[in-house]
Order: sequence, then structure tokens, then C-alpha cells
Amino acid sequence: MREALNTGPGRVLIGVYGLFALAAGARAGVQIGTQFSEAPLAYLLSALAAAVYVVATVALARSYRRLALVCCSVELLGVLAIGTASLVDPGAFPKATVWSLYGIGYGFVPLVLPILGLLWLRGRAGRRTPDSTRA
Amino acid sequence: MPPHWLGTAVTIAGLLVAVWCLVPVLRDRAVDASHWAALGILQALVTAEVVAAIVHLARGAHPHQYVTFIGYVVALFLVPPLAMLLARLEPTRWGALIVTVGAVVVPVLILRVNQLWSGGA
Repeated sequence: MREALNTGPGRVLIGVYGLFALAAGARAGVQIGTQFSEAPLAYLLSALAAAVYVVATVALARSYRRLALVCCSVELLGVLAIGTASLVDPGAFPKATVWSLYGIGYGFVPLVLPILGLLWLRGRAGRRTPDSTRA
Repeated sequence: MPPHWLGTAVTIAGLLVAVWCLVPVLRDRAVDASHWAALGILQALVTAEVVAAIVHLARGAHPHQYVTFIGYVVALFLVPPLAMLLARLEPTRWGALIVTVGAVVVPVLILRVNQLWSGGA
């Protein structure tokens, strides 16, 4: 029996992650499709962030604990790193990414979301769980 | 010009529905019929806004960020039903939180739709 990650508060996280996967994905798609040369780095980062949100959504929905842990960690590191970098060197990020200025353009949700995700995963770690490699 | 009165109505409805759906979250209850009804009204208003946007485009309007505009309109139309679907799977306070979040997202999307409506930015 694997620890379910997709009920209760987990279902709320899935919803918000899904929303961000959609928002970041659509935005990155439009940016890369129409104006990629303007800010390749920012747009590739947007695409990376979108990909992480998609994987995180699936990981939570299917209770892939380890994968969810990796995604939330990558997000947290990403938003902290890019947030700090965009403060220190605004010139490097001429166009906003989801993670610029710690996600200010998205009401700081990109900063809060991985923290909530990690707390949720920790809260569910009470019982020892077999490896979640099952499809 | 976007139909501001309609956008304003949807925004206010979204915020009111969010507050109404927050009550069961705080009381540790599942949503009941009153919340589904409120969400239904919100979706009706959202649908009116979406129809207005479609008419806007059908009349030959071409917002500067055309694809993005359509994306936001589609998202606007889908967010409340998807939140309701997810909330139905979760008949607890957490389901109520899901529709609360969904209702809050609606005014945000309206804001963006209005910004992109005719143009420049």
C-alpha cells in the first residue's frame, strides 16, 4: 500500500498545480512560438517551469512520492534561484518568467506552492512506503 | 471596449462565491447545494462574458495578443467546471477549498481578459 497523495489537501494541490501547469505551459508556448528571440533564456526557463508543474501534477495525482519530492524541490530551488538572480541582474531577464522576482507576477504562488507541496509530502511520510515505481 | 459592467459583475460574483465557499472550509464541512447553486450562477455569468468575447472576435476585433486572449477566454470558461469536478471527488472541506480557489481565479482571469480585450498591452 502506497501512501495516497491525492486525497484531501493533496487534491487541492493537484488543482493548483494543474492550473499552473496550464498557465505556465500555455504562456511558454505562446512566448516561444511567437517571440522566442526576444528573451530565449527567460522563455526556456518558463518552459522548464511549466514542465516541472506538469510532472508535479501527475506525480501528486498518481501518488509518485519520490517524483513529487523532486519536482517540489526543483521548483523551490528554481523560484529562489531565479527570483534572486532577477533581483541581482534584471538585465539577464528582460521578459518575466513565472519565477522572476519570486513569482510576483503570479501573486507569489510559485514560491508558496512548492513549500506547501513539501509540507504535504512530509506530513504524509508518517508510514514507511514501498518504492513508488508502479505505473 | 470590453463590456466592463459584465466583467465587473463576474468579478464581484467570483469574489462573493469565493467567500461563500470559504465558509465550509473554515467550518470543516463539505460544500452543500447552496454552494453548487452559487457556482452555477458564477458559471452562467462567466459564460455570458465568454459569449461577449466570442462576439467581439466575430465582429472582426483583433486583440494584439490574439492567441493569448483566446487562451484566457478558454481558461475562464473551463476553470469553474474543472474546479467543481475536482471538488466532487473530494466531499470534504478540501473540496470546498478547491472551489474557493477556482472562484478566486475567475476575477484574475477577467482582469487579464479586460487588459487584452482591445489591445495594446
